Amino acid sequence: MALSGMRGLSVFISDIRNCQNKEQERLRVDKELGNIRTRFKNEKAMNPSSCSWKAFLSDAMVVISCKGTKVGLIIFLHHMHNNKCQSSLAKFISAEFRCEPLTGSEKRNRGHIWHLVTPSLPLSTLEGRGQFCSRFRRIVGLSPYEKKKYVWKMLYIYMLGYDVDFGHMEAVSLISAPKYPEKQVGYIVTSCLLNENHDFLRLAINTVRNDIIGRNETFQCLALTLVGNIGGREFAESLAPDVQKLLLQTAREEEGCTVSPASFQKKIQMWSDRMAQLLDERDMGVLTSSMSLLVALVSNNHEAYWSCLPKCVKILERLARNQDVPQEYTYYGIPSPWLQSNYSLCFELLLHWTCNKGKAEIYLRNFDFWHELGDTDSWCSREQREGVGLINRLNIKSLWWLLDHGCDIDALINLTLQVKTMRALQYFPTVEDPNTRRSLFEVLQRILMGTDVVKNVNKNNASHAVLFEALALVMHLDAEKEMMSQCVALLGKFIAVREPNIRYLGLENMTRMLMVTDVHDIIKRHQAQIITSLKDPDISIRRRALDLLYGMCDVSNAKDIVEELLQYLSSADFAMREELSLKAAILAEKFAPDLSWYVDVILQLIDKAGDFVSDDIWFRVVQFVTNNEDLQVTEAASLKAREYLDKPAIHETMVKVSAYILGEYSHLLARRPGCSPKEIFNIIHEKLPTVSTSTIPILLSTYAKILMHTQPPDQELQKQIWAIFSKYESCIDAEIQQRAVEYHALSMKGAALMDILAEMPKFPERQSSLIKKAEDSEADTAEQSAIKLRAQQQTSNALVLTDQRPANGTPPVSQLGLVKVPNMSNADQSTAEQGLTHANGALTVVDPQPPSTPSPDLLGDLLGPLAIEGPSGTAPPQSEPRVASGLEVGANEDALAIAPVEEQANTIQPIGDIAERFHALCLKDSGVLYEDPYIQMELSLVPETIPPRAQVQCPLEVINLQPSRDLPVLDFSYKFGTHMVNVKLRLPAVLNKFLQPIMVSPEEFFPQWRSLSGPPLKLQEVVRGVRPMLLAEMANLFNSLRLIVCPGLDPNANNLVASTTFYSESTRAMLCLIRIETDPADRTQLRMTIASGDPALTFELKEFIKEQLVSIPVPSRPPAPMPPQARPTSPPLAALSDPGAILAGLL
Amino acid sequence: MIRFILLQNRQGKTRLAKYYIPLEESEKHKVEYEVHRLVVNRDPKFTNFVEFRTHKVIYRRYAGLFFSLCVDITDNELAYLESIHLFVEILDHFFSNVCELDLVFNFHKVYLILDEFILAGSCKKQARSYDIRCRRNHRENGELEKQE
Repeated sequence: MALSGMRGLSVFISDIRNCQNKEQERLRVDKELGNIRTRFKNEKAMNPSSCSWKAFLSDAMVVISCKGTKVGLIIFLHHMHNNKCQSSLAKFISAEFRCEPLTGSEKRNRGHIWHLVTPSLPLSTLEGRGQFCSRFRRIVGLSPYEKKKYVWKMLYIYMLGYDVDFGHMEAVSLISAPKYPEKQVGYIVTSCLLNENHDFLRLAINTVRNDIIGRNETFQCLALTLVGNIGGREFAESLAPDVQKLLLQTAREEEGCTVSPASFQKKIQMWSDRMAQLLDERDMGVLTSSMSLLVALVSNNHEAYWSCLPKCVKILERLARNQDVPQEYTYYGIPSPWLQSNYSLCFELLLHWTCNKGKAEIYLRNFDFWHELGDTDSWCSREQREGVGLINRLNIKSLWWLLDHGCDIDALINLTLQVKTMRALQYFPTVEDPNTRRSLFEVLQRILMGTDVVKNVNKNNASHAVLFEALALVMHLDAEKEMMSQCVALLGKFIAVREPNIRYLGLENMTRMLMVTDVHDIIKRHQAQIITSLKDPDISIRRRALDLLYGMCDVSNAKDIVEELLQYLSSADFAMREELSLKAAILAEKFAPDLSWYVDVILQLIDKAGDFVSDDIWFRVVQFVTNNEDLQVTEAASLKAREYLDKPAIHETMVKVSAYILGEYSHLLARRPGCSPKEIFNIIHEKLPTVSTSTIPILLSTYAKILMHTQPPDQELQKQIWAIFSKYESCIDAEIQQRAVEYHALSMKGAALMDILAEMPKFPERQSSLIKKAEDSEADTAEQSAIKLRAQQQTSNALVLTDQRPANGTPPVSQLGLVKVPNMSNADQSTAEQGLTHANGALTVVDPQPPSTPSPDLLGDLLGPLAIEGPSGTAPPQSEPRVASGLEVGANEDALAIAPVEEQANTIQPIGDIAERFHALCLKDSGVLYEDPYIQMELSLVPETIPPRAQVQCPLEVINLQPSRDLPVLDFSYKFGTHMVNVKLRLPAVLNKFLQPIMVSPEEFFPQWRSLSGPPLKLQEVVRGVRPMLLAEMANLFNSLRLIVCPGLDPNANNLVASTTFYSESTRAMLCLIRIETDPADRTQLRMTIASGDPALTFELKEFIKEQLVSIPVPSRPPAPMPPQARPTSPPLAALSDPGAILAGLL
Repeated sequence: MIRFILLQNRQGKTRLAKYYIPLEESEKHKVEYEVHRLVVNRDPKFTNFVEFRTHKVIYRRYAGLFFSLCVDITDNELAYLESIHLFVEILDHFFSNVCELDLVFNFHKVYLILDEFILAGSCKKQARSYDIRCRRNHRENGELEKQE
């Protein structure tokens, strides 16, 4: 062998092997690299005058032989035949080395030029000879042997993992050597050291091209191998025509074919004819390579290669029959399974393309191709005569073959072929024929059942390779359910076997099966087995099992599977946790039977693998908890969060989510042991030193919330929290600083804090990003071809790696801040939510009511009385400054609904008269309060965001504290696109809304009336300028004001007596009595007397009624048609009864 | 398609590495390290397939040597597993009873054989005997060196 005698290399390798440690090895390598570098450098820096000689000498073999003190320098020069050259070289050597030419006899014997040297150097010692040699080399340059040796050493060093940053040039230059050994080394080392992006490779292009177009077959092989292995774009561009020519001319198809797909995919259009020829080849090597080429070509452009299809069938057939397959190409009795596999792949590709096309087109195209092929193929021409398309022909042919050989199961080869051919049949339109179909399934069945496990591992592997290939094909066939269940049963058998490879492939194929067909139910039967595989020691199997579990999960088994995954998570190795937790999260969300289960699962997940739970996931939990009205869920969530906080070391994500939930809802737990605000605060605050800056803002918000919920305020806690706020007011992080400053300022406001930090409104329902991702990738896969599908679905790991982490570490955005920070710039959320908050997060309710509470702060007063903590800004306070006593309960069922309307307008004008609507609502319980092209506000509440075309109801609760005529004003604004709309709306929470009509009997009325004697409890006033109206009209008006007219109390028919009950926080239930005396002669004036137990109430009520009478606020309502005489009055009662007289007297 | 083939011993020393895709040096080292880590601790009872990034490593252990093929996820695993075995049989045939030392000292020959076996990422030869043409060429052209 050419390479056997490379002693230097062997020595070097043994030196390396003998190195005791890495350090020694490095030293040895460095020494060698230094040596090689000097050698190469010397060669480059050679004396130009000797260059011409160098060319000869580097081509020559130089041997130094030693006889006593005489040393022979023998130079073999192959190409130097002419005497002139010889003599001039002789002179050169004599001069350089001071030596004499040898005598003629020996010269003749050798037949080469040689010199005997009588050197000045002491050549008798080893050292001396070494010096001589190196001097010689310095002059003549490196011998090819040395070059090779050094280049191999370089490769070895490179392989050991050391950087080799020089010598590429030498490796490349070896390619241009004229001799095979050097060339070969050059090619191999170059293809190992360099890749297609390397600049040095350009230097080689020309040489490679020369080798390709040259006549030396061996060199062509080498060159083509290089091109095939590392050929990049540049190679392809410059060499494609030559390789193509070569392929069409010479016998070197084998290399050419394999090279081509790697390099020249772009220039393939005219190759199809040649391809067809290649497929006629008998040599298996050529065929295999040709198939590779064909697969590459077909996958690129199928249309040109139709002519090859029948050839493929033929070859498969030949292989299947085991005809003329040379012994050396059989592998454990199976003729060249790799070739078959290639063919099948090609076949699939061709057929795949076919099925994507319309029937007509296929027929047409095929017919054309057969036509072109003409007589070259006999059965094709028959085909033409028959006028039937290729497809039919192919089907029939395949079927023949199948019928002939289908039962010959002994030959393992048949397996692949049968399945593939049948798959082909399935793709073609004519398989509807029941006979064909029946026989097809018969054979399929035989395949599925026919592969036995044998002792020989290799044979077993080979036959199973074929079987799995077959199984994959059965899946692509739209087989009947029976067949599918058979496959699943087979796979079920596989996943239970001990042999790991088979089990692995069983799981893998089962997962694939899930994607392709609807066999969930059958696969579910194997769930226990699959879960066992999840605990397999082999990570590959576990991964497959995980994939399969993930795929087979649905509502019915989600709970089991997710619990299994969670349980496994704690013992799973690190490499799998990320994927596992993501999958568990997706499944939990997708198939959660109830929300508290979901919350529980995610909290467990965070607890067990917090690192892998992205922000998306915990955002989602918070969303669920917030949006869920079921108090139990929120309570359960906060309770669990509290429990997790007790653990000594918890993950930061857990801190975030617990802090958030407890901040919002811990007050619900206040009565439980260990859940007082103070305890909650302490336990959360413990975590503060351990968390990162992204978590601190959340904690600050939590503190603010805790502070807010602690009513009455706990001074100590307040102090503690304020201390924290003031500490972070100088924090370098802007977000933290802002929050600290704001919360600090806000919490100074006392009770007002409660409204600003009101409970978060519901989040808009949106699809989970996780599920969306998962679904997207699934939707994609649905459209993939069978082959791509396989790839897609199995790269679920890739999905895990690429998709899930970006959210981690980003600072918490307003989305989940405890205090809603409106992001005005976000045009997407063009709904009312932004309108309800100011940029600074403060409220927008503005009440003109002068403040009455001790605090002079406007904000505090406005917000103080709010009974609800709905979305800030929608709660209109109703406050009355005066008296504090009396009745309670004043719930108003009015509510606001805000519905964005979709039209667009440049300027926004309210539709209808706002004042009119207001007045109408004063007397009604519900209706439209405000409307413009974008928004309609009804009395009925506002969520944070309103999805398009949706309507949301937001109940608004108003509690009256004190009697007052003043109206709450809702400063309402929202943003639609870039339009900012701001409207101040008076809320129709007028005094009468807090009245409850009560019919009193004379027995109740008169004592009360009498007991309330004179001002300030009883006030009388003559009102002038009243809008004239009939008595019945007035009675109606009073009734609509909830002052119920009690007929029969006043004997005078021109008078009205009404009663009602007023409710407010301060007065409690308070009976009010009203008497109106009208003058039938002058309807523009009347006298009214109001009596109640509360001076303020009496006054306010009097003023209120006066307002109502003076300007009648009911333009929309037609006057009541009731005639005055219909008014049932009872004069006799008035006349006879004592109370009537008393009343008259009193008046 | 075969992305790369690696021969490594249990200590992670690379005995042969051939890449059919362009990779940077540093990336190659990383890949070799990772593949070694991946396969070295696997029990013989485990599968011969490991997922590696977005590909699949099909490996087989012969004594202290790991033969690892990195292939596409869609490739037929068992077929590649058997091609490893075929490659080993070829080596065995060539070196007659091959051992690790043969491969260490004759790594250059292994490269030659490999080039005959795999070309551009696909198996091209399934013949068990090392190609005669190639040997003949080596012999013819190597004559002079033998004299040395």
